[in-house]
Amino acid sequence: MITDDLIIIVPEIILALFAMLALVGAVYTRKDAIGPLLTWVSAGLLALMGVWIAVNGDGDNTAFNGMFVDDGFARFAKVVVLISAAAVLAMSQDYMKQRGLLRFEYPLLVVLAVVGMMVMVSAGDLMALYMGLELQSLSLYVIASLRRDSVKSTEAGMKYFVLGALSSGLLLYGASLVYGFAGTTQFAGIILAAGEGQTSLGLLFGLTFVVAGLAFKVSAVPFHMWTPDVYEGAPTPITAFFATAPKMAAMGLFARVVHDAFGGVVADWQQILALLSLLSMFLGAVAAIGQKNIKRLMAYSSIAHMGYALMGLAAGTAFGVQAMLIYMAIYVTMNVGTFAFILTLSRDGQPVASIDALNMYSKREPGKALAVLVLMFSLAGVPPLVGFFGKFYVLRAAYDAGLAWLAIAGVVASVIGAFYYLRIVFYVYFGDEVEDLDTDRNPVLFGFLMSSAALIALAWFPGLNLLGLEAMALSAAEALLN
Amino acid sequence: MTVAAFAFYLFALCVIAGGLMTVVSRHPVHSVLWLILSFISSAGLFVLLGAEFVAMLLIIVYVGAVAVLFLFVVMMLDVDFAELKAGMAQYFPIAVLIGLVLLMQFGLAFGDWRVSDLAEGQRQAVAPVGVDNTTSLGLLIYDQYFLLFQLAGLILLVAMIGAIVLTIRHRKDVKRQNVLTQMWRDPAAAVENVNVVPGQGLLKIPGRDKDKNRGQ
Repeated sequence: MITDDLIIIVPEIILALFAMLALVGAVYTRKDAIGPLLTWVSAGLLALMGVWIAVNGDGDNTAFNGMFVDDGFARFAKVVVLISAAAVLAMSQDYMKQRGLLRFEYPLLVVLAVVGMMVMVSAGDLMALYMGLELQSLSLYVIASLRRDSVKSTEAGMKYFVLGALSSGLLLYGASLVYGFAGTTQFAGIILAAGEGQTSLGLLFGLTFVVAGLAFKVSAVPFHMWTPDVYEGAPTPITAFFATAPKMAAMGLFARVVHDAFGGVVADWQQILALLSLLSMFLGAVAAIGQKNIKRLMAYSSIAHMGYALMGLAAGTAFGVQAMLIYMAIYVTMNVGTFAFILTLSRDGQPVASIDALNMYSKREPGKALAVLVLMFSLAGVPPLVGFFGKFYVLRAAYDAGLAWLAIAGVVASVIGAFYYLRIVFYVYFGDEVEDLDTDRNPVLFGFLMSSAALIALAWFPGLNLLGLEAMALSAAEALLN
Repeated sequence: MTVAAFAFYLFALCVIAGGLMTVVSRHPVHSVLWLILSFISSAGLFVLLGAEFVAMLLIIVYVGAVAVLFLFVVMMLDVDFAELKAGMAQYFPIAVLIGLVLLMQFGLAFGDWRVSDLAEGQRQAVAPVGVDNTTSLGLLIYDQYFLLFQLAGLILLVAMIGAIVLTIRHRKDVKRQNVLTQMWRDPAAAVENVNVVPGQGLLKIPGRDKDKNRGQ
């Protein structure tokens, strides 16, 4: 029996064992000198696991008495998490090495965080959820303050840690209330207990606390305060990591909790999610306008995008989950490209984060400038780029579920938000002349920027059909709601 | 009132009083001592529930380790608590307001507390009758909750890696003890016999040129 369980979690076991063996191996050999090698090996292994899960995964399996669920939804989320984490690791290698930050622990902490994310999206029990969440968060707290000589980086880690601990406390309190009501921590049992009759006030309290704890992890307003500071303070590759894989994992966990555990009381959480979504979209759109630092700007941009993803979830239907998954996959692709671009920005070897530095960027780097144009238009949701389709799906999901007001608010917020994306494009093409940036010739970053921009610019063509994303997200959403 | 009921009210009162005094007491060391009181009282409550293992864990881990650690931190670090608390008066009214609202909300939640009809049947980890806590917990943790146990191990590993990554600094200018070099030292090479001529003192010790002025 234990063998059957273990077979289901083989990808997690392989990654955890790799992290532990590599840790011991690196400590007893050349320590930080093999950091670059470990980064490549970790990125390769993560990508390999992603491909393996995508190709090999089949059916609806549960392990450890329903504590761990391996279904189509979990696999979809895991593939996005694994591929994006591998991409970010591959992008970060050069930047971290140049700044002396490439300790051998860095790739291993990323791998352990990914193990936590995989447990999160597969959780079938409140305790497994918490364990996955803590494993992920703890690794993220550490890598946020990896540049420990910088006040900003340590501040980022500290802030993230304290607020993260607070949100874990909220989540645990909610979980204990839910347990008190349902008598079980398993989602399968909670949905049975919550489905019958009138919702008890205690369960509602538990649900609210759990949702608040999760909203912190996806940085939805009003639980977003940490995001800009952490994004700004952490080293840029780590910011890129924060903006991609953990967001997908947290949204996956969110969807799993609200549908698997609270699927019987949709109306109760729908109003909370709709409010979170509304506030996130507007705050993300308005607050980013004043930002001069591109990392802070991307933080507010990610808050706004989480608002849209939550809108899909708030619909409470299979189509809503499908829309959310499509949105997240597109969001992650766009962010990988955008951060590949941000990583190339430096002047005299020092990283540059001010958006003023982008003035007339197109004159020096016409190819990259075009890629940035595509990414920014797509982030803003300008048709016909792929980012538009993501927004279109969530808006339709919200409209179909009777949340027309939320869909309209989403359109208004996206118009406001378009301003700061287009301002970047304006700087790149028409700004004043400024001191030149270094010409970056890193083939990895260039490759990620260009391929992500190409995907965004071309995948909507009728023949390509978003590369089959729609069908994959559909089967994932159906797996979750069955 | 039975003994159990009396004990419950006593412990419960101590937990609340201890928690309150932890927050309001002026001296940080007193705060920690009040905290210890509330830990011990909670342990008493656990004993009343029949969860003796958790009770002992609370005493050993929280009182024995965590609270002592707090005491050390409070006493060894030069933290000006008066300064930390200076901002508190400013926010006190709003904190009281939020606290009251929360209290009322929880009053609502717990006043209307209803357990699901299915809850009794859904309990996953019912303690077997006639088996002590330690055995039944062991059976659960290493069997049903095996995955969680291993994940907890991974979390602790990450905590350890994190503590090392964020604090260790390999300093080159520090003299370190190398046990092997010490043990492999050859007495023949390390010790030198010098024939001291009477009346002349040790003007020059071979191999210790730096100290040659000392004998004069």
